[in-house]
Amino acid sequence: MPTTAPAFSDATASDSALRRFLHGLPGVDAVGLEARAASLGTRSIKTTAKAYAIDLAISMIDLTTLEGADTPGKVRALAAKAVHPDPTDRTTPRTAAVCVYPDMAATAVAALAGSGVKVASVATAFPAGRAALDVKLADVRDAVAAGADEIDMVIDRGAFLSGRYLKVYEEILAVKAECARADGPDARLKVIFETGELSTYDNIRRASWLGMLAGADFIKTSTGKVATNATPANTLLMLEAVRDFRAQTGVQIGVKPAGGIRTSKDAVKFLVLVNETAGEDWLDNHWFRFGASSLLNDLLMQRQKLSTGRYSGPDYVTVD
Amino acid sequence: MASAFEYAPAPESRSVVDIAPSYGLFIDGEFTEAADGKVFKTVSPSTEEVLSEVAQAGAADVDRAVKAARKAFEKWSALPGSERAKYLFRIARIIQERSRELAVLETLDNGKPIRETRDADLPLVAAHFFYYAGWADKLDHAGYGANPRPLGVAGQVIPWNFPLLMLAWKIAPALATGNTVVLKPAETTPLSALFFADICRQAGLPKGVVNILPGYGDAGAALVAHEDVNKVAFTGSTAVGKAIARQVAGTDKRVTLELGGKGANIVFDDAPIDQAVEGIVTGIFFNQGQVCCAGSRLLVQESVQDELLDSLKRRLSTLRLGDPLDKNTDIGAINSAEQLARITALAETGEAEGAERWSAPCDLPSSGYWFAPTLFTNVTQAHTIARDEIFGPVLSVLSFRTPDEAVAKANNSQYGLSAGIWTEKGSRILAVANKLRAGVVWANTFNKFDPTSPFGGYKESGFGREGGRHGLEAYLDVR
Repeated sequence: MPTTAPAFSDATASDSALRRFLHGLPGVDAVGLEARAASLGTRSIKTTAKAYAIDLAISMIDLTTLEGADTPGKVRALAAKAVHPDPTDRTTPRTAAVCVYPDMAATAVAALAGSGVKVASVATAFPAGRAALDVKLADVRDAVAAGADEIDMVIDRGAFLSGRYLKVYEEILAVKAECARADGPDARLKVIFETGELSTYDNIRRASWLGMLAGADFIKTSTGKVATNATPANTLLMLEAVRDFRAQTGVQIGVKPAGGIRTSKDAVKFLVLVNETAGEDWLDNHWFRFGASSLLNDLLMQRQKLSTGRYSGPDYVTVD
Repeated sequence: MASAFEYAPAPESRSVVDIAPSYGLFIDGEFTEAADGKVFKTVSPSTEEVLSEVAQAGAADVDRAVKAARKAFEKWSALPGSERAKYLFRIARIIQERSRELAVLETLDNGKPIRETRDADLPLVAAHFFYYAGWADKLDHAGYGANPRPLGVAGQVIPWNFPLLMLAWKIAPALATGNTVVLKPAETTPLSALFFADICRQAGLPKGVVNILPGYGDAGAALVAHEDVNKVAFTGSTAVGKAIARQVAGTDKRVTLELGGKGANIVFDDAPIDQAVEGIVTGIFFNQGQVCCAGSRLLVQESVQDELLDSLKRRLSTLRLGDPLDKNTDIGAINSAEQLARITALAETGEAEGAERWSAPCDLPSSGYWFAPTLFTNVTQAHTIARDEIFGPVLSVLSFRTPDEAVAKANNSQYGLSAGIWTEKGSRILAVANKLRAGVVWANTFNKFDPTSPFGGYKESGFGREGGRHGLEAYLDVR
C-alpha cells in the first residue's frame, strides 16, 4: 500500500482534515494565471531551440487511440507509428507510449515488445468513471495483467465536486495498489482530473494536491472526451503544483496535458511552460507527456521542414 | 543559466526601421535646424552605439514653436470636434500600421525589451489616440457644460521611460479638446517623437498644431516659462516638478504634474501567491523598474514572507536579461549612464544602511548600461531605499503583521501614485483600497494601463489626472 508523503500525513487523516488542507492551499487568480500562460506563449523558439523542442515533444507523446471502433489492426498500426514515427528518417525519436483501452493493452504490449515504447492503458471506467469501485479496480487489474506499463485513471468528479475528497483519495489509493506487480515493475499511475468538469482553477489546484498526496506518478488534465481539455493555463497550474510538491517533499511527479494539443506551435508553448515553471528536470518523457494523436504528424512535418528547408505536406507523413 | 532547453537568439529585425543620420526640430510642419545650430547625439543604451544626431532646441526655437502653435490654434480650435476626431483616428491608425517599426525604434532608443514595446507601449499608444479621438465631438457631454473651450497652447515636457506613450498621454487629449502643442521629448529618447512628427505630416495634420522640440532641460524650462503658453503638462522627476510649480506660480498658466512614486505592493497572507509573484515582477521589473508607478516597495504579511520570497527569488532567476531586440528578453538596458549611476548609488546606500541585497544570477553584457534585477530584504521604513524613488530594477521588501499596519506603512511616503493589493478576500480589497492614499490602486494585478482609466498622484506624486474623462479637464477652460 503506498503511503502519503510524511510531510502531509495529517492532511489525509480524515475527510475534514483533507478538506481543511485542500481549502487552505493558496487561491488562484484566474486572470493572472491566464496572463502568465499567455505571456510565456509569446516566447520565440527558433532554429536549434525549435529542433530540440520538436524532438523532445515527439519523445513525450502518448500516442493515443480511444475509440469504440478500435481494433487490433488499428492498435498495431499505431504501435508501428510510435516506434518509427517517420519511416523516411530513422533519427526521429520514438514516442513515449501508446495509449489504449484495457482490452487493447495486450495487443499493444505484443506489438511494442522490445521497442522501449511503453504501453499506457486508460482504466477505471474511462472516461466518465461512473462505475462501482470493484468494477473500476477490475478494469485496472485487466490492464495490469495484460502488461500495461502505465495506467491512466479518472477521478470521481462527482465525489470531488460534492466535497467528498476522502472518497476520491481512497479510490486513488486503491487503484494505486492494483498497479503493483509482484513479478516486475509497478505500473505508473496517471491520475486524470477532467479539468473541464472541475471548472475552476482553485479546484484544479486542489485536485492536483489530492492526487499527489494519494501517490499519483503523473497528474493529467483531461480525457480528451469533453469540451475543454488541456489549456496552457491549467497545465501551468499543474506544473506549479508538482514544482511545489517536490520542494516540500522531495518527490517528483509528472504532468500530462491531454486533448486539444494539435500543432507543433502549441506543443512548443507547453514545453516553454515546463521549462520556465517546473524547470528542466521535467524536460524528459519520464516526467512530462502529451496525450495526443494528430499532434505527432504536425511535429513530423515541422521536423522535415527543419531538415529539408521546405514543407512536405500531409502526404509525406503516415496516416494511421 | 545553462539549461537543456536553450532558446536560440530570436532578434526582431532592425531593418524595419530606417533611422536617418540626423534630425531637425519639428516646427510649423517642417523639420528645421536649431537657431544656434546646436545638435546632440542619441545613443542606444544597450550598446552605446550612436543612433542619430538631433537638433537641440534653445530658447529662440521655443519661441518660434510657440508662435507656430499660437497661429495654428485659431483654426484648429474652431474646427468641429468631429473634424479633429478624424485627424486623431487617422493618427491612431497610422501608429497601428507602423507599430512594428515604432516598436523597434523605441527599443533601440530607450533600451527596453521589444516584448514590451510590441505588446505594451505601442498598443497603448494607439489605444490612447483612438480613445481621445472618440471624445473630440462629445465634449458637450463630458460633464463640463455646453461647449467647453480649449486653453490654447500647451507646453508639454515628457520623460524617457515611455517616450511614445507619454507623448500619446499628452498630445491625444490636448488635440481632442482643441489645443495646439509644443512638446519636448527627453534628451536620451528623442527619436520616437520625431517619427511621430512624420506621422502628423502623413495624417495631414495642419501645420503648427503639433511641434516637437528635442532638447535638454533648458529648452523645457524655456517652454514652461514662455509667456504665450497657456498650459504646462509635465511628467518626470519630483525635483523638476517642484521647480516648474515655482516657475508658473503667479501666472495664469494651468499646470498638471505627474511626478515620482514609491508604490506599495501589499501582499496579504491569503493572496494567490503564484499570481502575486508575477504581479511583483511586473510591478518592479517592467521597463527595468523605470516606471513612476512601479511597485518598488513590497509589503508582505510576515506569515507568508519566507514562502513568498523563496518563490520570488526562484522566479527572478528565470528572467532573461540581454539584447532588447531579442523577442525572448525580459529585462533590457537602463536608459542612460546617468540613470545607471543613480540606481547603483542608491543600491549601495541600501547595503551601507544594513539592508540585505540579493540579485538575480545573470551575466550582464559588457557594453551598454545594465543592472541585474535586485531585491533588498531587512528593509525598514527608515531606510533610504524604502523612501527615495530609485527608478530602477530594485525592490525593497518590508513586512507587516496586520492590515492596519500595512495601510500605515503604505501611506507613510512622500509620494502617493500607485499601490497594489493582493488578497483573495474581496471585502479586504475594498476596505484597504479606501484607506490608501494613492492615485491608482490595483487589486490582484499591477501596472495595468488603459486609456479609459484616469491616472495621477497624491502628495509629491503630482496633481491633475491623465486618461479617461478626467484627462479632458486638464485641457479645458473649466476652472
